[in-house]
Amino acid sequence: MTEIAMPQIESTNSRVETRVKAVKRFASGDNFFRRSTQGAALVVLLLLGGVIISLIQGSIPAFQAFGLGFFTTEIWNPVTEKFGAGAAIYGTLVTSAIAMAIAVPVGIGIAIFLTELCPPGLRRPVGIAIELLAGIPSIIYGIWGLFVFAPFMQQYVQPALIALFGDVPLLSSVFAGPPYGIGILTASLILAIMVLPFVTSISRDVFETVPPMLKESAYGVGCTTWEVVANIVIPYTRVGVIGGVMLGLGRALGETMAVTFVIGNAHKISASLIAPGTTISATIANEFTEAVGDLYTSSLIALGLILFMITFIVLAIARIMLMRLDVKAGR
Amino acid sequence: MSFYPARRRRNSMWMGLSVAAAGFGLTWLFLILAVLFWKGLSGVSLDVFTQMTPPPGSAGGLLNAIAGSLIMTIIGVAVGTPLGLLAGTYLAEYGRYGKLAFVVRFINDILLSAPSIVIGLFIYEVVVAPMGHFSAIAGSIALAVLVVPVVVRTTEDMLNLVPNSLREAGAALGMPRSLVIQRIGYRAARAGLLTGMLLAVARVSGETAPLLFTSLNNQFWSLNLNAPMSSLPAVIFQFALSPYKEWQQLAWTGALIITLAVLTLSIGARALAARGTVK
Repeated sequence: MTEIAMPQIESTNSRVETRVKAVKRFASGDNFFRRSTQGAALVVLLLLGGVIISLIQGSIPAFQAFGLGFFTTEIWNPVTEKFGAGAAIYGTLVTSAIAMAIAVPVGIGIAIFLTELCPPGLRRPVGIAIELLAGIPSIIYGIWGLFVFAPFMQQYVQPALIALFGDVPLLSSVFAGPPYGIGILTASLILAIMVLPFVTSISRDVFETVPPMLKESAYGVGCTTWEVVANIVIPYTRVGVIGGVMLGLGRALGETMAVTFVIGNAHKISASLIAPGTTISATIANEFTEAVGDLYTSSLIALGLILFMITFIVLAIARIMLMRLDVKAGR
Repeated sequence: MSFYPARRRRNSMWMGLSVAAAGFGLTWLFLILAVLFWKGLSGVSLDVFTQMTPPPGSAGGLLNAIAGSLIMTIIGVAVGTPLGLLAGTYLAEYGRYGKLAFVVRFINDILLSAPSIVIGLFIYEVVVAPMGHFSAIAGSIALAVLVVPVVVRTTEDMLNLVPNSLREAGAALGMPRSLVIQRIGYRAARAGLLTGMLLAVARVSGETAPLLFTSLNNQFWSLNLNAPMSSLPAVIFQFALSPYKEWQQLAWTGALIITLAVLTLSIGARALAARGTVK
């Protein structure tokens, strides 16, 4: 009897042992997987930290040489090694501001069209087309701007603007100078076309979070479509729309290729919108590989740091606003 | 009652403006695509895919640029995707409402829309400068850094769509959590995860700014990862700004190739996502 029972006990024991081993193996594998996902999440933080630290480190020589005056000086002279970010910062802010002034109303208009007016059959194709256009690389907008849009501006739009506002006291200086075709205004318009799909698709997504009940009640008491949009949809989604606009602004500020082709790359602050100018990203793209000398390179990296700080703040505000909307929508 | 006509007028005015905005915006966007096809198609020939980029003033193709773009995109995606997948898994499965997850999510969203030229500067500082020369490796790493946030975002979103009852069923069978994620979570979200990867490829394949000073450019055929490598966007940038007719034509053709590739990828991703989600 015992002889027969023994192997049974043994096999049970070994089965228990393999079971214990298997559970241990599971536990250690489990732990390993959890740690590696956590590690990967930390790498994302490290990436941002690395970007900030490397940019600060690279820009130290420039800030040591020029101090805080770097932010405001307009001079950019590689020969005498005198650099200032004034013109680039000015160009970045002005082009983005004009682009947003055009893209936001048009984008919100398209979003209203898509959510309230569009026949249902057309809604999906148009929406998808807009999203696809948002994915087109910016260099395409740049090459189109250079070969098609800038000549068009030079031949038709800019001469008309100069003739139209030439005698108006204040505006004559805004549209002063020869029509080069390229310049701040052309770059701003191309940026506007580029940002348009972003603003549109975010506004549409945000408008779709409005509970149908609210809209239906408004229609029920006899509101017109415009009154529903102005009194229900926009107040309800204000935070989200502003967040979306800031996200678009972040894109516009950092956009490189679409602007570099048509901005003219001139380091001066000019009151005229049709004069050539430059932006931070265009300066870096145009000059970085040709930069000789540590101070030149360092000044360009300092420009990159300024750009990163500006976009960081804008994007952070955008995300906080969109998050607030998410909380409101209960997601 | 007397307000009614005025309200009607205001309504039709604003709605008219909204329709006009839609017409106006879409016109520009389609105009760009139309010109791109018009100018790009006239330069498409077999030479484009079999010849190297030419010296100024002579005919040639884009073979080395296409190959360079493919190589760097593939390496960039191969490096960035696993990292993004793991980090996204942490956000959706382990971190969820934790402090670390909150911070990572926020930072990732900022990286997602950070200017790509700044990423290029970062890679220049940490890879190119210590190595002492431009290289395809540096270009690939820059692209990988751009891939990570896209994949993190879609991975988290897609895993969040997996119903909790599936996870609970797995756990009830005694599966450890890592297996629940790998065998159930990933499998249920498979289409979505693939979509995220395709979107990342689409995003990265048109990137120009970070490549300008990491992989630089190369006029000749080169597969050496330790040397400068040509890429389509960098070639377009150089050729479009040149005064030579042949170069400008090649720039248009290159632009058309990139656009078609990106559009194909995003439409593919969309079709995949539509098939994967059961509504």
